[in-house]
Amino acid sequence: MGGIWGGTSRFGAALGAMGLVVGLASCAEPTSTSNADGLVLADPYEDESLSPLMGFAEEGMSKIFDGLTTHDAQRRPRPALAAEAPKPSADGKTWTVRLRSGVRFHDGSTFGPEDVVATYKALLDPKAASPVASSYRMLADVRQKGTDSVEFRLEHPYAPFPHKLILGIVPSEAVTGGKAEAAPINSRPVGTGPYRFAEWRRGERLVLTANPAYWGGAPKIQRLTVLFVPDDNTRAQRMTRGDFDGTVLPPALAGTFAGRSGTTTYHHASADYRGVMLPQKNPVTADLAIRRALNMAVDRDGMIRALLSGRGKPAYGPVPQVLGEFAEPSATFRHDPAEAARVLDAAGWRAGAGGVRSKDGKAARFTLMYPAGDSVRKALANGFASDVGKVGIKVDLVGLGWDAIEPRMKDDALLMGGGTSLDPDLVAYGLLHSSQAEDGFNNPGSYKDPQVDAALDRGRRTLDASARADAYKAVQRRLMENPPWVFLVFLDHSYVTRGQWTGYQQVVDPHVHGVLSWGPWWNLEKWSRPA
Amino acid sequence: MSTTDDTTGGTTGGTTGGTTGGTTGGTTTVATAADGTTAPPVRKDASPSRLRLAVLMAARRLAIAIPLLGVVSGLVFVLGAASPFDPVHQYYGTRIFTAAEADVARTRAELGLDDPVWQQYGHWLGGVFGGDWGTSRSFGQPVGEVIAERLPWTMLLAGTGLTLAVVIALSLGVWSAWRQGGWIDRFVVTLAHSLEGLPTFLLGLGAIAVFAVALPLLPAGGVSDASGEGGPLSTVQHLALPALVLAISQLPWLILTVRQQLLVGLGDDHVAAARARGLPERTIVLRHGLPTALLPFVTTVGTRLPELVTGVVLVEEVFSWPGVAGAMVKAGLNVDFPLLVALTLLATAAVLIGNLCADVAVLLIDPRVTADG
Repeated sequence: MGGIWGGTSRFGAALGAMGLVVGLASCAEPTSTSNADGLVLADPYEDESLSPLMGFAEEGMSKIFDGLTTHDAQRRPRPALAAEAPKPSADGKTWTVRLRSGVRFHDGSTFGPEDVVATYKALLDPKAASPVASSYRMLADVRQKGTDSVEFRLEHPYAPFPHKLILGIVPSEAVTGGKAEAAPINSRPVGTGPYRFAEWRRGERLVLTANPAYWGGAPKIQRLTVLFVPDDNTRAQRMTRGDFDGTVLPPALAGTFAGRSGTTTYHHASADYRGVMLPQKNPVTADLAIRRALNMAVDRDGMIRALLSGRGKPAYGPVPQVLGEFAEPSATFRHDPAEAARVLDAAGWRAGAGGVRSKDGKAARFTLMYPAGDSVRKALANGFASDVGKVGIKVDLVGLGWDAIEPRMKDDALLMGGGTSLDPDLVAYGLLHSSQAEDGFNNPGSYKDPQVDAALDRGRRTLDASARADAYKAVQRRLMENPPWVFLVFLDHSYVTRGQWTGYQQVVDPHVHGVLSWGPWWNLEKWSRPA
Repeated sequence: MSTTDDTTGGTTGGTTGGTTGGTTGGTTTVATAADGTTAPPVRKDASPSRLRLAVLMAARRLAIAIPLLGVVSGLVFVLGAASPFDPVHQYYGTRIFTAAEADVARTRAELGLDDPVWQQYGHWLGGVFGGDWGTSRSFGQPVGEVIAERLPWTMLLAGTGLTLAVVIALSLGVWSAWRQGGWIDRFVVTLAHSLEGLPTFLLGLGAIAVFAVALPLLPAGGVSDASGEGGPLSTVQHLALPALVLAISQLPWLILTVRQQLLVGLGDDHVAAARARGLPERTIVLRHGLPTALLPFVTTVGTRLPELVTGVVLVEEVFSWPGVAGAMVKAGLNVDFPLLVALTLLATAAVLIGNLCADVAVLLIDPRVTADG
């Protein structure tokens, strides 16, 4: 109220103050904020918690935490807090991990087996209600073994287990019991990673500083500032202004930086699929001829050109071709609407009124849901409907929130996305194995194929690498004969950086990507600015 | 407050005391004013009793406020329970897509998401009486901590915005009433009416497009530079656009009130008398017309406080301002009960206290007004 009563006598002073504000403001000019030893990056996504037990950096590369293992540029598991590769028992059900010695947490406490046990015990504790617990359903128990090792007991043999050991290890003191969401480590993380937590102003920034005592060697870049800017256009504008040294952008916006001096644009191939899930309980999409015809009717390359600025790879299954060792090169569908029409004719789907086919009085028509607000999925859904309309299958589109989608997805098709580049089991088992049918968002269409089930089981239970690769190639071949979905594309992820840096190494991104995750800065601790 | 009182007193105490007292005093004080010279002493005597009235009014309002806040908190729970958003989806985030149904069900049970609303409310109420406002799910930290971190930023933004709005409204309102019918008046009135129809978020985005992007003079969002360094100067730069947008969004009503009331005030007898005495126009407008116009203006500011709260929510959202209002949006979307209730109560309390302040101020300055009962 003071302003009012200052009123008459202080008009001049107040107007003067306003003038001062405007005057000061106009002195400000956009400046490049990076300095010699700091890096400022912008991310659209902000984690609600920085605790691995609440799902922070579930795919690794958190900068703050280390797992027992991590991944190299070829996505192979490598020891991190483990001293050597985890050793499986002959039956694949017990894994022993010897730990690295002499490692300290950011708070100065010593890292040891008790921290590993406390972290995994908290994950398994039902009272903690950790949202990542479901990803560790194979894990039965964990205990310390000797003075420097930890032993994991599994429910069943699980070959890709070293990939699961990337879970960030927190100090045992940070495991307070009770709900994981109430632990102080959610907002003040303490890990062993190359960067330590400095400041987190929610909705605005997260600041990390280099850990000079990092066991893998002190990082050269001393300070990492992550700004949270959700809007794509704002991020592009502020990148142009020089507000940050790098960010992730949709391919079309990233393309506007091409050839601009001082900036570099990176396009990463990914295992981040988009596809149309076809429910088996819908009488139209359950029909094998329909599912095969849909897969031949869609023009995947056309969608990539028209909708994704050419930044993507066609998808025929959940395993991308860029994962060389696991990919089956022959498992592809040709874009062939004429063949699609022949398949439909042969199966008795006859062209009818309005160009929509029908069989036994049943129209070749179904509903495709997509999450409203996801512009890429909306565009792909439209492209899909248009392509399959040309062979006489009518698709009704509806954009919904996830809460409305969930109860409908056993009956209506859904444009889904996700995927990881780390191991085929991590994505394929949940999507395609019959045991996962209608279990939450896993295999929502209840796809059941005994050959696929058998190959997926073989893939996770066999420790032999080439036998595993064969199993996943068999899965992909079988998906051609009995297609579960219409997989459409693997999106490319695009990034823009400013300035000269050494240390960049290209990777194939999982669905999850960003600054404190996979992407160009996955190995930031190795980056430096050339002298 | 004393400044205005002195100003009014100075005018009333002058040669035209009788006339002025008669006008300002209204029906209740006509009898005293008729005595002419006794008017000023009576007013001085009245002050302590009016103060007592104000304290009584505050106590009465407080007695109403406490049950009101209780009802509001209950309403938030009831409305939240009817929300179409499933809190478990917010809790899991993208991890929901790989979670097993059994695990999700267990999580629901652990977090008490399936408990009936009254049980959740009772649990929350018990915590509050024990001094624990709970943990905010959308921020992953205690509610008290969220508010302590963010409230100062909101106070800074709302305080600056309101001050700017009041100063601009007074200047433009006085100016346009002074030159009634002139081009300035016509311009200000047209501007005020146009601004009234302009949504705040559009104003904010427009301001960003012009002053942060087209002419890169000011930062587009946040409270500090990307590097995180920079002292008060940097804060002022970041405050400039959001505070101005907030001020402009509150302006139309305030300008029109000042102008309207000043026009009424300038038509009063005491102003005619002042003109007759040949006082300079400046003195007439600022010293004789404005003081009477200020009283309804204070009331208007008080009643517009809910608009200010809404304005702060939108401005914080558009400018990524790290205040409590932006947190409220997030809490709403995440069905984050503990934070949502605390912030709703805070907003309710802010409006109640603001209204009370405005009413107390008017009660203390204007002898015509009686305290509510």
